[in-house]
Amino acid sequence: MMTPGTEADLAEAVAAAEGPLRILGGGTRGVGRPVDGTALSVAGLAGVELYEPGALTLVVKAGTPLAEVERVLAAEGQRLAFEPMDHRGLLGTGGDPTIGGVVAANVSGPRRIQAGACRDALIGVRFVDGRGQVLRNGGRVMKNVTGYDLVKLMAGSRGTLGVLTEVAFKVLPAPESVATLTLHVADSGPAFDAMTRAMKSPFEVSGAAWAPGAGAVHLRLEGFSGSVGYRAGRLTDLLGDLGEVTVETGAEANAALWRAIRDAEALADHPYVWRVSMAPGAMRRGFMADLDRTARFDRLLDWAGGLCWIGMTEAQAAEYAPRYGADDAPAGAVRFHRDLQQAMADPELGGGHATLVKGPAALRAEVSVFQPEPAPLAALARGLRAQFDPRGILNPGLMG
Amino acid sequence: MDMPVPNAAVIAKKAHVVGRLRAALPEGAVIHDPAETRAYECDALTAYRCPPLAAVLPATTDEVAAVLRICHEEGVPVVPRGSGTSLAGGAMPTADSVILGVSRLTEVLEVDYDNRFIRVQTGRTNLSVTGAVEEEGFFYAPDPSSQLACAIAGNIAMNSGGAHCLKYGVTTNNLLGVTLVQMDGTVVEIGGAYMDAGGYDWLGLICGSEGQLGVVTEATLRILPKPEGARPVLMGFDSSEVAGACVADIIKAGVLPVAIEFMDRPCIRATEAFAGAGYPDCEALLIVEVEGSAAEIDEQLGVILQIARKHDPVELRESGSAEESARIWLGRKSAFGAMGQINDYMCLDGTIPVSALPLVLRRIGEMSQDYGLGVANVFHAGDGNMHPLILFDANKPGDLERCEAFGADILKLCVEVGGCLTGEHGVGIEKRDLMNVQFDPADIEAQLRVKDVFDPKWLLNPAKVFPLAATAARRAG
Repeated sequence: MMTPGTEADLAEAVAAAEGPLRILGGGTRGVGRPVDGTALSVAGLAGVELYEPGALTLVVKAGTPLAEVERVLAAEGQRLAFEPMDHRGLLGTGGDPTIGGVVAANVSGPRRIQAGACRDALIGVRFVDGRGQVLRNGGRVMKNVTGYDLVKLMAGSRGTLGVLTEVAFKVLPAPESVATLTLHVADSGPAFDAMTRAMKSPFEVSGAAWAPGAGAVHLRLEGFSGSVGYRAGRLTDLLGDLGEVTVETGAEANAALWRAIRDAEALADHPYVWRVSMAPGAMRRGFMADLDRTARFDRLLDWAGGLCWIGMTEAQAAEYAPRYGADDAPAGAVRFHRDLQQAMADPELGGGHATLVKGPAALRAEVSVFQPEPAPLAALARGLRAQFDPRGILNPGLMG
Repeated sequence: MDMPVPNAAVIAKKAHVVGRLRAALPEGAVIHDPAETRAYECDALTAYRCPPLAAVLPATTDEVAAVLRICHEEGVPVVPRGSGTSLAGGAMPTADSVILGVSRLTEVLEVDYDNRFIRVQTGRTNLSVTGAVEEEGFFYAPDPSSQLACAIAGNIAMNSGGAHCLKYGVTTNNLLGVTLVQMDGTVVEIGGAYMDAGGYDWLGLICGSEGQLGVVTEATLRILPKPEGARPVLMGFDSSEVAGACVADIIKAGVLPVAIEFMDRPCIRATEAFAGAGYPDCEALLIVEVEGSAAEIDEQLGVILQIARKHDPVELRESGSAEESARIWLGRKSAFGAMGQINDYMCLDGTIPVSALPLVLRRIGEMSQDYGLGVANVFHAGDGNMHPLILFDANKPGDLERCEAFGADILKLCVEVGGCLTGEHGVGIEKRDLMNVQFDPADIEAQLRVKDVFDPKWLLNPAKVFPLAATAARRAG
């Protein structure tokens, strides 16, 4: 594995590469089609370049451990608002997640619905393209429309257009207090109603999740303590007819609860896990009902019903298989994956996208891990890769 | 301002091109009489004008696709135009180009409060998007000051901001999906009512690409429930350093105001003479606004006032009523009008790190002396987006050129201190030649390569954003 210690060395390593490169941050988020190639780690580029709490601005090298970034921000009472997930528990990976990996995969957690995704907080990048050229875009200010926004293009491009070396963020204050309202309901009807009502209210809900198995809808409020108390009261009144509401205000209990939701902890033991993004109404109307009919797999809803995690056990995969003419568990997983992505492409269901987050390498090699794009977009994607990585050496095939 | 020499071959076949466009569009959708094309000769950057070959006003995505397909086949440059409010010349035509106006694409296609989005045709004005949802208590957050007139198409092209983006973000943070028509007429749906579409971030790339990658005909926009209330507080300080420190302390204390507006003394004096809002005559004035219920507002303003007092304000004015709130905002909202009463002015749009504020204001003051042109500063202090207004006399020979040189020096200063050329107006033709100040040639080349992918023949708004020398070979085909 190559672990260059400077941006210049990294650029040189890319320029000198004679074959495919497998780009790594901490190596904790192995989502995507498996890549064969020489490992190139960015972990050697670490450290805070600039932090101005009064300007809500942080610039760090891409290999900086996420934990260090969070520690530095917490010391000033600030945080990354998009609440990046830690994939280690779910995927069973080790090592230290890096901030560059967070950006490369555009990783966002429950607060996505209020504070935006990782890409919304990202304001600048430096990266090395497939030619070995150091490029930069954006900067360190949060309002910037100078030239094309390659910053957002790099977020979520998973190392296929360039290797990130430095990233800049708009950060936000951490709140003084937090409260979670839990509504105890068994059925999906009132659960969706509760999340929809909460999000339509002016009470700035920063997390809305539903664990169907546990029969609980969780709604998070953050801010100054008086404000949180006020909104918790108003929201309790708003939801009172749907079921019993309890309120948790303990900082540690809240942190543990939302970490579990963020990291899909309930699905950690499932060998197959998918992530589906749809409008909450579409999720509720068509998709969940379909899923109830055909495959009652374990589910966890976040983003006020806009994000559905689906976990499948080996037994469930084996059970799914014969109904569709397949004969073993892996074949059942392939079949379910294809059914899922086909459903996303069906305009009748409302549109969305499904990603295989966890599955054996053989499965990830066989299917399109990410939702296939319409032909014109797939052509543009190929065009961009040809421009940024003409030799096709950066994580080739990872995104399809 | 240099513009490329128009393609004589295109101008020579005007009748043929107009004939094809007329055959493809309904009666009255093609404007080609020189007396009428003049209406499209410029946008809000009025110093530069050139009537286009023709202007077309399609009313559907299919009509837009037909126009682009014809122009693509004929090799005719196309300049997309929203409402023509660009201050950067983003919709400025060339004599060999067809203006593609979206002003007939104004429908609301779908409103969904449960899922908090609205889908509109992009010729619809910014304010009328909020207008379509406010009865149900919702609003569309980006609020450029031209919001009464500006179109969503232009907002997407320029990634427009506004006064409230410290809390709500700019256009790109509120855009969920688009219908994009590529230069060859291909129609692509990107994103939708759901979040974080798979694959590359096409929405992020298209937003702010100044109409160079495709024409957006429909957009799915995030709408938000209106806060229960909002209230501003006004503070006056003896120096911009202290005002800047106060802003940093407010942010560090964990308060996220919805707006923090800054005005300097020249701006305060001009607006006082114009609007009489009762502002203190001081070096720097801040208007800080927070949102929520009455009690939540009190809680946040309590923190803010405590911080402000530590900085020895010369004035600290709370609002006790809607009238008082309106009075606090009155001067700020009439600032541009007030400057317009005094003089012609040029409005700049650079962004700086907030910490560089005192240095930048001091340097702008010195440059103002050197150039012999007055300047007033008003800007969004929370995010460092400055709007220096340089005063000049358009009737005085040489004044415009001096003003432009002064403006370029201010923008270079913005880049030098770690900021950028434009925070929300876009590059257009106005700042095209300054791109080399902010970017290395390789960084510009990377952006040009993106355009190569979307528009290989370089026909969409080709003379904008990048220095002409950098794009000459590509534009020549």
